[in-house]
Amino acid sequence: MDLQWVWYVLIGVLFVGYAILDGFDLGIGVLYPFLGRSRNERAVLRSAIGPIWDGNEVWLITAGGALFAAFPIAYAFAFSGFYLAIMLALFGLILRAVSLEFRHRDEKWGTVWDLGFFVGSLLPALLFGVAVGNIVRGVPMEVVVPKVPGAGLDYAGSFLELLNPYALLCGVLGLSMFVMQGAAWAAVKSESDLHERTVKVRSYAQIAFVALLAATTVATWFVVEEHVTNNLSRFFGWVAIVALIAGLCLGRLGMMRGNDAGTFFGTSLSVLGLVGLWGAGAYPSMILERAGDTLGAGVTVEHSSSHLTLKVMLIIAVIFVPLVLAYTVYVYKTFWGRVKTESPEY
Amino acid sequence: MSAETLARIQFAFTIGYHFIFVPISIGLGVQLVLTERRFYKSGLAIDRATSEMWKKIFAATFAIGVATGISMEFAFGANWANYSRFVGDIFGAPLAAEGLIAFFLESTFLGVLLFGRSRVSKRLYYASAWIVAVGAHLSALWIIIANSWMQTPAGYVMSDKPGAVPRLDSFWAAIFNPSTFPRYFHTVASTWAAGGFVVASICAWYLLKGEHKWMVRRTIGPALAVALLASLAMPLLGHWSAVEVGDNQPVKMAAFEGVWEDEAGAPMYLLGWTNENEEYTSGIKIPKLLSLLLYNDPNATVKGLADVPKADRPPGELTFQSYHLMVAVGMLMILIAGLALILHLRGRLETSRWLLWPLVASVFLPFIAIMAGWAAAEVGRQPWIVQDLMRTGEAISPVVSTKELLVSLALFGLIYLILFIAWARIVHGIVKKGPVLEQSELPAQASRRHPVAATSEEV
Repeated sequence: MDLQWVWYVLIGVLFVGYAILDGFDLGIGVLYPFLGRSRNERAVLRSAIGPIWDGNEVWLITAGGALFAAFPIAYAFAFSGFYLAIMLALFGLILRAVSLEFRHRDEKWGTVWDLGFFVGSLLPALLFGVAVGNIVRGVPMEVVVPKVPGAGLDYAGSFLELLNPYALLCGVLGLSMFVMQGAAWAAVKSESDLHERTVKVRSYAQIAFVALLAATTVATWFVVEEHVTNNLSRFFGWVAIVALIAGLCLGRLGMMRGNDAGTFFGTSLSVLGLVGLWGAGAYPSMILERAGDTLGAGVTVEHSSSHLTLKVMLIIAVIFVPLVLAYTVYVYKTFWGRVKTESPEY
Repeated sequence: MSAETLARIQFAFTIGYHFIFVPISIGLGVQLVLTERRFYKSGLAIDRATSEMWKKIFAATFAIGVATGISMEFAFGANWANYSRFVGDIFGAPLAAEGLIAFFLESTFLGVLLFGRSRVSKRLYYASAWIVAVGAHLSALWIIIANSWMQTPAGYVMSDKPGAVPRLDSFWAAIFNPSTFPRYFHTVASTWAAGGFVVASICAWYLLKGEHKWMVRRTIGPALAVALLASLAMPLLGHWSAVEVGDNQPVKMAAFEGVWEDEAGAPMYLLGWTNENEEYTSGIKIPKLLSLLLYNDPNATVKGLADVPKADRPPGELTFQSYHLMVAVGMLMILIAGLALILHLRGRLETSRWLLWPLVASVFLPFIAIMAGWAAAEVGRQPWIVQDLMRTGEAISPVVSTKELLVSLALFGLIYLILFIAWARIVHGIVKKGPVLEQSELPAQASRRHPVAATSEEV
């Protein structure tokens, strides 16, 4: 079995897990100041993710560790190359986590934590998409570390070059995805007035997501045609396309029937589809070189750790990923149900 | 300032800051198991209230620990790209394993522990306190494995070709490298001590104020016992660790004790200073002790720093002083925890105000010792980032400019300062409020008087 391919898929699975689960945490953070009109409503929104956001964030931490372990060249390239953008996302995640946890113990600084929760969610929700947009589009590269053969590539652009129109479009697409996901979860967890408003936002967010998805698809066709043709000519590309469309339809159906859990399942499936499109279209490239440059193929799955490392890690993953999923499902079931507006748990 | 210096300052600052909260999470997690166990057995509302208070402190601390931990996960790629490329085949795996094996477990069940009291069975709730603590200890294991591989790399092969990187050869040899276990148990014991001192210090504060005596009486004994046992274990585990360092990182050992010339019957310094330019160490010393402790032979020869090329030596004075500060503070911890426990067992602690004040202040001791110990371990390894394989100067990110490093360092400083103030305020607020019983749990006549005082009389 081709272990590089397996690990490419496994890291994709971790990204999907993160985008679905912490995705709704981020989305709720972005919607927080707009949806939560009263103290209690804001508390409901925080309670909707209170017991589970910690576990959700571990998907990112594990994905980061797995990327380091399996594809250290891609890990080093992206995190040092997109330095300031990564730092901004990190500061966002730090602020988000602390604000959420401190908010209900600290009335005096309440406004600070409300703002921190919002800004701290917005920054990563936007920047993740910008980063993906750049590595799909291709970035300028240079050879800075000749010591490491075939892998001494480094980012040769500036921070501002990361904010190109295509990447920004991907950033906004990502933001709409997280908002859709956040609204879908908030609808599962809320009731009465808040629920009514959340349902409306959820519907608009999905429409915005579809519109931005269409725009991004067209833009991708023009910017990196290969990405689109790859998806159309590959089995996994079609799996992603089917998942995306099925997820959107199921989400819509759920909304029309007033089935909040069903809608959440649908939006989650469309998140899986979108991340899948990224992965299936890009393979075997992990970070593409800017069109027209000729240093090589960029960073690909070939720049992986050794067979032994990948094998050992695979054994660990095969044992523990199912276990993680099992107790995650258990804890979600434990906290299932709507949060009462009169008495939010926070 | 050079990019290397800035990157090192940033790593030292962010990891040091992160490690203020880690020992509390692990050590207080152990205390939570104790208090939840008491409640599980007694079913008394006051035991529940006590546990709830520690849990609030735990939650605030855990949040800031997680938040500052994410930035560590990505710091390697961001600030140490060449390091990441060099060690990726070995160093990344423990980080990924930490997430999959330990951190998921800890974080997921923390949700149950913080919010699930009314949603799961009593038994499962108690179990989740255990699971969170076990998860934290497993987390620590994988992180120490990763760090220990930087100290004593093992289980790899590396060709002589220029640009070659270490490749994993034996997974077990890499993760159970020579320094993994001595350093793991040494670190874990330090977090147990930290947890014990945090609880004992807050209890001592209540005793001074004459508040929550009922709760203090049930809590301070076990906390002091853990603090004392862990503090007593430190020198033993530290000895194990030091012998290992003497075997595998002799240069670091020489820097710890300021040994310059190869010396038969080397002494151990209680206090002292070392002069890096003129290459001598002076101070109060116990003759032959270092040789005895390291090699079981008072006349054994300890290798000195003088033979090591200057470019390969760690900063002498900083290493020496950090190491000795750790040892001295550790001794003080044994003294205070020991005295307090003896007085507590004789029922005299509550009236021994002369000891209560130092006990309140003693909460800082484990943290000083922990920081000093880490400084000695990490500075003592310099100039290597991976002992004898890669130099710290070679490990930085080629594309990250000093300006970018400066901006991110300043922002880290600012954000972390604000967070620290906020955390301290919140913990202070929780301590000030103390353990509180809910209205429904108060005995009928208690609500008319001061609720906590009334309950304490009944208990």
